[in-house]
Amino acid sequence: MAFDTKTADVEERIEDGALLSGSAQFIDDLPFAVGTLHAAILRSPHAHASIVSIDSSRARALPGVAAVIDGTALAKVSEPLMVGVKIPIKCWPMAVDRARYVGEPVVVVLAEDRYVAEDALDLIEVTYPPLPPVIDPEAALDVNAHVLHEDLETNLGSERSFRYGDPESAREAAPRCIAVKVRYPRNSCTPMETYGVLAAYDPHGTGYDIQANFQGPFSIHPVIARALKVPGSKLRLRTPPNSGGSFGVKQGVFPYIVLMAACARIADRPVKWIEDRLEHLTASVSATNRVVELQAAVERDGRVTALFWDQIEDVGAYLRAPEPATLYRMHGNLCGAYDIANLSVRNRIVMTNKTPTGLNRGFGGPQIYYALERLMQRIAQELELDPLDVIRRNLISAFPYRTASGTTYDSGDYVRAFDVALNDGRYAELLSRRDQARADGRIYGIGLTAAVEPSVSNMGYLSTALTPAQRAKSGPKNGAHAAATISLDPVGSVTVQIDSVPQGQGHQTVAANLVSGVLGLRSKDVRVVAEFDTAKDAWSIAAGNYSSRFAASTLSAVQLAADRLRHRLSRIAAAQLNGRPEDIVFAGGRVHLNGNPEASISFARIASASHWAPGTLPDDMEPVIRETAIWSPEELAAPTSEDGINSSLCHSFIFDFCGVEIDAVSGQVRVDRYVTMHDCGRVLHAGMVEGQIRGAFAQAIGASLFEEFAYGPDGAFLAGTFADYPVPTVLEIPTLDILHIETPSPLTLTGAKGVGEGNCMSTPVCVANAVADALAPKCGAVDLVLPLTPARIAEFLDAEPAAPEGYQPAAPTTGKGLTGRGRAKVSASPQAIWDLLMDPEQLAAIIPGAHGVSRPSEDRFSADVTLGVGPVKGRYKVDVALSELDPPSSALLTGRAAGALGMGEGTGRVNLTALPDGGTEIAYEYDARVGGKVASVGGRLLDGAARIVIGQFFTALGRRAGGQRTLFARLFGWIGGGK
Amino acid sequence: MKPAPFDYLRAGTVQEAQAALAAEGEGARVIAGGQSLVAMLNMRLARPTLLVDVMHVAGGAEIRVERGQLVVPFAVRQAALLNRRDLLSEVPLLAAALPWVGHVQTRARGTVCGSVAHADPSAEIALALVALDGTVHLRGRRARRLPAAEFFTGMMQTAARPDEMIEAVSFPLSQEGTGHAFNEVGIRHGDFAIVSVGAIATGDRLRLAIGGVNDTPLVRDWSSLDERQVDDALNDLAWSLDARDDLHATARYRRDLVRRLGRKTIKEARQCAA
Repeated sequence: MAFDTKTADVEERIEDGALLSGSAQFIDDLPFAVGTLHAAILRSPHAHASIVSIDSSRARALPGVAAVIDGTALAKVSEPLMVGVKIPIKCWPMAVDRARYVGEPVVVVLAEDRYVAEDALDLIEVTYPPLPPVIDPEAALDVNAHVLHEDLETNLGSERSFRYGDPESAREAAPRCIAVKVRYPRNSCTPMETYGVLAAYDPHGTGYDIQANFQGPFSIHPVIARALKVPGSKLRLRTPPNSGGSFGVKQGVFPYIVLMAACARIADRPVKWIEDRLEHLTASVSATNRVVELQAAVERDGRVTALFWDQIEDVGAYLRAPEPATLYRMHGNLCGAYDIANLSVRNRIVMTNKTPTGLNRGFGGPQIYYALERLMQRIAQELELDPLDVIRRNLISAFPYRTASGTTYDSGDYVRAFDVALNDGRYAELLSRRDQARADGRIYGIGLTAAVEPSVSNMGYLSTALTPAQRAKSGPKNGAHAAATISLDPVGSVTVQIDSVPQGQGHQTVAANLVSGVLGLRSKDVRVVAEFDTAKDAWSIAAGNYSSRFAASTLSAVQLAADRLRHRLSRIAAAQLNGRPEDIVFAGGRVHLNGNPEASISFARIASASHWAPGTLPDDMEPVIRETAIWSPEELAAPTSEDGINSSLCHSFIFDFCGVEIDAVSGQVRVDRYVTMHDCGRVLHAGMVEGQIRGAFAQAIGASLFEEFAYGPDGAFLAGTFADYPVPTVLEIPTLDILHIETPSPLTLTGAKGVGEGNCMSTPVCVANAVADALAPKCGAVDLVLPLTPARIAEFLDAEPAAPEGYQPAAPTTGKGLTGRGRAKVSASPQAIWDLLMDPEQLAAIIPGAHGVSRPSEDRFSADVTLGVGPVKGRYKVDVALSELDPPSSALLTGRAAGALGMGEGTGRVNLTALPDGGTEIAYEYDARVGGKVASVGGRLLDGAARIVIGQFFTALGRRAGGQRTLFARLFGWIGGGK
Repeated sequence: MKPAPFDYLRAGTVQEAQAALAAEGEGARVIAGGQSLVAMLNMRLARPTLLVDVMHVAGGAEIRVERGQLVVPFAVRQAALLNRRDLLSEVPLLAAALPWVGHVQTRARGTVCGSVAHADPSAEIALALVALDGTVHLRGRRARRLPAAEFFTGMMQTAARPDEMIEAVSFPLSQEGTGHAFNEVGIRHGDFAIVSVGAIATGDRLRLAIGGVNDTPLVRDWSSLDERQVDDALNDLAWSLDARDDLHATARYRRDLVRRLGRKTIKEARQCAA
């Protein structure tokens, strides 16, 4: 029976009462076992370093600490996580012998509470000889780049080339070849709730019992079981009743499931771990950053006849499951919404010293469409065509459509959607708005984007990363089942169990609407359970909440189960009403024969009959107590021997356009109007579809204008707070006009397709195209890098007025570290200053916060120092080596500092010059890099802090050398400035 | 993200708070609204041994006008000052700057004196206090008053001694014929300023205060500056500052903002004065 959006009571969400009243239970609210230990994780402050020793004796001695577990201990009870591509790397959930990204777990402390556990972290000393960091994905491929995984002997994890149609001939025949090169940055759709795991291990046979806010796909379940060395039946994985957002990200909790489960086993106690925000931003998971060169063979009218993709995908430090899925999820739809028969693809996966990547809303789409739609605009610019015409001429016009790389677009009417959007979205009005703005001297532009949003992933698409020969050896992989169970209890009430793990989307409401519609009940009579339990539920590897699969896939299973249950209940009812099953009507909580509503029986009586009175069932019937349906779309076949892959089942269409204005004073981009047209098949719940579109749009505005997981050239992570990872608030999110057409999917039982990720794919490039259009009258075609921050835009505005005569830069401009220079005058001779600098006891008095200075060798000093600014203070171990000594006039200092807040290293040169009055001028220059927590959360203040600490040193030096205080009154004026 | 252990004292009087600070020494820290300090505690960036909570001291939240000054004591929340009915006429620059301080939520907790004590280089209240030649009232064993320009000595560095707390800050009341304007650019509304600019215009005289670039708010005065001289004056000012690159902005962008936002703010202040 078809789902009827008109009669279902679709307005209210079942979930909202608990969410709005604060009674909803999340992972951190769940009760935990007596004796549970709380975990805190010591993480690497280095992007790349060996781990030669871990001294945890002081941590173990702290009262309340139960266990301190490092990578070596972990490796004794577990195996590395499986890697999707067969390469010799070991993916451990905690560093073993080497740390490969900032934030990588190094030690877990288990203690009676989280406070004590964190106190203990401060007492652990790890010796990390640093290794050269590899940050840039292109540089990672350089033959001289340091290799992250020695057994692999390269940072290239996988390379495959694909050819569909005849791209080379198309290029030869085409009058023009037009190309773009783009770099898509690292970002993430940060959920409000961070990761959480409750883990227990029963050594007496039942194995692991885990609760975690994991979101699927449950193809990860065998990965976890194998890492923990148990059969799947001894890994029970449950999810909490509510999860506070995920957007793909909570797939990435799985390495912590392995880690905390192993810790529970080692400690023989249950373990609880809740990730904090700094941990989440630094080291949970991120979308991939990617370098794409994309070339098109183009006819003079803008028709594209071939595309050539060359993609370098940066998956971070490990090729962690399910990567390289970000790259291959879109493999079937690499030509987007366009009818392009010839396609060439080169895909390379590289590993760099950054956080491993994983699922993230849009998953591969933002990276693809940023290149493809920037290219379409560039084609229009170079051929001097209207970008609207370039899109229109290339749009696919007949459905179903088979793409060059082997995917079937199930349904659509792209041309109609495009025309309706232009008309109902008032595109002509936007053009006049731009004309008027430009006539007024304002900087205004329009951007366009067409995109295909895939949903319901083929579980076999990842095997496209393997060669046909490798696939033949490992056996075919394909499909995407969905499972749902509907149960009837002894009073005839209905419970539905679904195989998705919602994080606020409202799956319970929509599933209840569907089932109640089929069974003639009110949706509030149907309880939908979305807590997942691998020990009790029907599930497959495809279960979970990802690839926008709920409306298309899970609901198809719900529909199947509801239809079957209705059919069986009809037989029971028919026997009691003396009619035929096909004449039974379910309505208003009762059942009756068509045409005879007066003689009805309550639904509850029929539904409970199998519990209480199986004797009333027709003779050949089994009791009707539960119905489990597994829905399996046969279209999702394994990759062909020619590498054709139907990578997703459903394909929605999006066409966006927007107008932006760049503020001439600040360079800030303001989205003036944004129109988004969607064809997501059948709209099952208008409010929830709108919510999905608005949510994806908000996160896409973040990716467009604000958010980046930034790394320093040394691999320091620089965005560890929401001040430095600026997720837009409601004040920054523009209004949105949403339009729809509906072409139902013929391949799902509901007719619905995915809608949750589309704007994450289309909006960043639409905004970028609009910014490029705004800058075009002044700058021509420009290359833009997201996020489009005002500082980046300012580079395209007016040239900077020259500095006044005599201007001296405050600091040498050498790279991106902390640099500075300064001078100080001291009323003592160079020799006296020199002697002070070479004497550990004197230095102990001069160095601010020094707790003692030693001189282990002639040219080395070591000190324990409390450094800080204002209330921010931390204790560090400092080692300084002196070289290029030229007493008493110059020396080069090379130093390293390490402490609980992070570490730093740098070099400084000091020059002493005798002054005519008998004093000395001390001149210094420094160049330092800071990493760890202090770099992740305090980047804005580091430069100033360095200047203050160095200033304190020279003030103290001057005092010690006998200088008058008045000589230093202007010290701060000199420090860091040639003013 | 749990703080290291510390002691906590809920002070009943200013004397009790001050005595506790004096007894504890360097490890003591006053906590008021906690909007900066609590985050630093949780990240263990700050590890005070004693927190002295001054929010329960009687009379600490009563704003008063005294000898031509608006006196804002230590427990006044930013929201309370912003909501003061006559603030726009009393201290217009402050009325213009306060909405830029954090968000509704943080202003509901954060205090005016706490922001001054924290001495963040991007702080709007500090900028207004320096621009207006305001005063910081310190309370150690003895009370003393410092001009704002002498109070801020560096990034998160002040002239307050470890045994002193801020008892109040005071802002001179606005004079007839003076125009004020304030503008700011941050990443999002409520973020730390990349550059903030306050302007005060009286007759031919002009004062500009720049926040977010140097370690402390910077003030520049001109006795007269006609329209043709503004661009050069702002360019000289921009290059004289210690603008640097960071994650969110380049040195060049900061100079751009000093020039462009400076011009806009000067214009607005002069319009207000006229």
